[in-house]
Amino acid sequence: MRKPIMVLATMLISVSACAPGSNNPKPTQKPPSAVRTDIAKAGPVTLTVWDQEVLGGQNEQMQKLNAAFHAKYPNVTIKRVSRSFSDLEKTLRLALSGDNPPDVVEANQGYGIMAALVKAGALVPLDPYDKVYGFHTRFPAGVSQLNSVTTDGKTIGSGSLYGVSMTGEAVGIYYNTDKLAKLGIQPPTSFSQFEQDLALAKSKGETPLYFANLEKFPAIHELGVLLGQTADKGALRNLVFGQSGAWTDPPVVQAAQRLAGWAKNGYLPRTANAGKYNDSPSAFAKGDGVFLIGGPWFAADLQKKLGDKVRFMLPPPPQAGQAQPPTLGGPGLPLAITSKSKHPDVAAAYLNFMTSPQAMDVVVQTGGLPSAKPASATPSSPVGRDVFQAYRTASDKDLLVPYLDYSTTTFMDTLGGALQEIIAGRKTPQQGMAAAQKDYSAFLAKN
Amino acid sequence: MSGRARPPGEPRRIGYLYVLPALVVYALFLLWPLVHGAYLSLFHWDGLTLGTWAGLGNYTQAFSDPSLRGSFWHAFVLLFFYAVLPCCIAFVLVSVMSRSRPRGMTFFRTVLFLPQVVAMVAVAVAWQWIYSDHGPVNGTLRFVGLGGLTRGWLGDFGWALPSVGLIGTWVEIGLAMVLFLAGVQKIPVELYEAARIDGAGAVREFFAVTLPGLRRELAVALTLTTVAALRNFDLIYLTTNGGPGDATKVPAYEVYDRAFNTGEVGLACAIGITIAIVVFILTAGITRVVEGRS
Repeated sequence: MRKPIMVLATMLISVSACAPGSNNPKPTQKPPSAVRTDIAKAGPVTLTVWDQEVLGGQNEQMQKLNAAFHAKYPNVTIKRVSRSFSDLEKTLRLALSGDNPPDVVEANQGYGIMAALVKAGALVPLDPYDKVYGFHTRFPAGVSQLNSVTTDGKTIGSGSLYGVSMTGEAVGIYYNTDKLAKLGIQPPTSFSQFEQDLALAKSKGETPLYFANLEKFPAIHELGVLLGQTADKGALRNLVFGQSGAWTDPPVVQAAQRLAGWAKNGYLPRTANAGKYNDSPSAFAKGDGVFLIGGPWFAADLQKKLGDKVRFMLPPPPQAGQAQPPTLGGPGLPLAITSKSKHPDVAAAYLNFMTSPQAMDVVVQTGGLPSAKPASATPSSPVGRDVFQAYRTASDKDLLVPYLDYSTTTFMDTLGGALQEIIAGRKTPQQGMAAAQKDYSAFLAKN
Repeated sequence: MSGRARPPGEPRRIGYLYVLPALVVYALFLLWPLVHGAYLSLFHWDGLTLGTWAGLGNYTQAFSDPSLRGSFWHAFVLLFFYAVLPCCIAFVLVSVMSRSRPRGMTFFRTVLFLPQVVAMVAVAVAWQWIYSDHGPVNGTLRFVGLGGLTRGWLGDFGWALPSVGLIGTWVEIGLAMVLFLAGVQKIPVELYEAARIDGAGAVREFFAVTLPGLRRELAVALTLTTVAALRNFDLIYLTTNGGPGDATKVPAYEVYDRAFNTGEVGLACAIGITIAIVVFILTAGITRVVEGRS
């Protein structure tokens, strides 16, 4: 019986000598003066781009812009690979650890993808290109901050810029104008008015706020809107980026308490935790809900179903006339350059082109919400204009706070799960936030 | 000894050559990934950077982390819904069918086997609707005046796991039933006649004749449904994402989540290997106990 154990032990020792993965050297930054911008003279280049813009308008947007780039630089051929969001995110790690990765990829922000890729040295820092093309002048500070990571991949929100986004997002409140008219109220100008409207809607037998939370993450948007009322944006950013603060701090617990209150008062559908998030627009369009909290991703669907009867607003300040509170949001998926790309300068020119004011016009024309100011285009529908204007206001006033689940790799699950329990009344807000804090401090200690 | 003619049928070395093609494919796509998975489970690895040696750390974490331990417990609850319950129901159906051959047997058999044929995605979407706020379950409860019992079944902390489990029961009944029906047909009719002459009722007849005659089929049915219960991923992924809270998290879902979402490839592999070991132990146990083979 000795022998097999010896063999096993030797095997384990030899195995431990060769660990999986590779220790890639971090890509070095070249001086801005070494960046080549005369792409037309770069000779024939094929640029492989992986994106997830597969849905109607987004797909059209990428096709148009890629064609325009090729028309501008006929020597550059764009080889586009598009997959759905979840497929792309899942294959990215494998693709970038291979020998022949794409040149440009859409890598989602957060510790799960972008920071992990930076840590592995798989993405090129864009700082020198930023100096040449001036990316940061196009985007508000909050947007560039979310696309920034320290070169060791440990902290999001500072360090070098690693991506530029074509679209933006800001969470706000949709409302059904028919329902407001029926209740005899105007769109709320203050958050206290908003909560009074919820109570009024409840008393009239309406679903005050439509909310579907089966997937756990949706409640993060509700909590984020409430955190805009109880906490200031600096504290929230520091909390999400792991700089300071705790999820058990009084302003955070207060926000969770108000969410629990909404559930208890019947402002949310009774079966909220069982509702499918993607069914929200159709339920809301059928008249389930006077208000709906969400981001621009609902706009096109709601517009199609409700036409001019749906509008959108940023969360209002606590009292009328006060300064606009912060809200969740930021850049959409960022385009990033891989460090194994043989043509980083061409790729950087592509990034520059895709975020230029002219490209932003195409984003608007194809129904998207542009991350930067477009040259001239404006959306055609009322709700489209609302969403567009809301994002411009939020970026100009620097009101965007990152999605709360960027805090840790598992936070969507832990915070989302805790919020489900708070909504179901199984955990007090204090207990729920303590569970979130446990995950948060464990992550910070490990990172 | 060489030169001696072998008795016919005795294995010869050339036999290995015949199984080689299949063995190569099997080794390449099953054995090697298994070994490689076991190897990865000994590291802390995010799938990108250089992994660090973890020893058995991932395995201890799989059992000490309350949420992961909970997921194994949920898998055992689902075992009841996926394996035990379908086999019991299938037994009732089969004994009814074998006593009184109802008209349109083929039709019933086909209908009951249908859930096995339908893609799991379609099953999940259909049941999500059935359990939804305005779905037929709540509709029926309201209709019979039990409106107070209505709830969002898949979003309810206490009911989500049994609700998912019942979908599994619905899917697996057909499989167990078809296996048992095939088995019942080879039990000699004389045994039933003898039992009836001895004055056995339906229940007695079942335990004295049907059940002993179906041991092997039962073993096969339990093995297949147990494996289905423990590797249950698609249904959870599609209906609840492990929620609400952690209420429906199962190990197979954790494997996916840890490997692809949170970048804990080593831990995911450790959970996967653990599932494989548990499945192996359970199926070996079933063969031994139910089939009576040692």
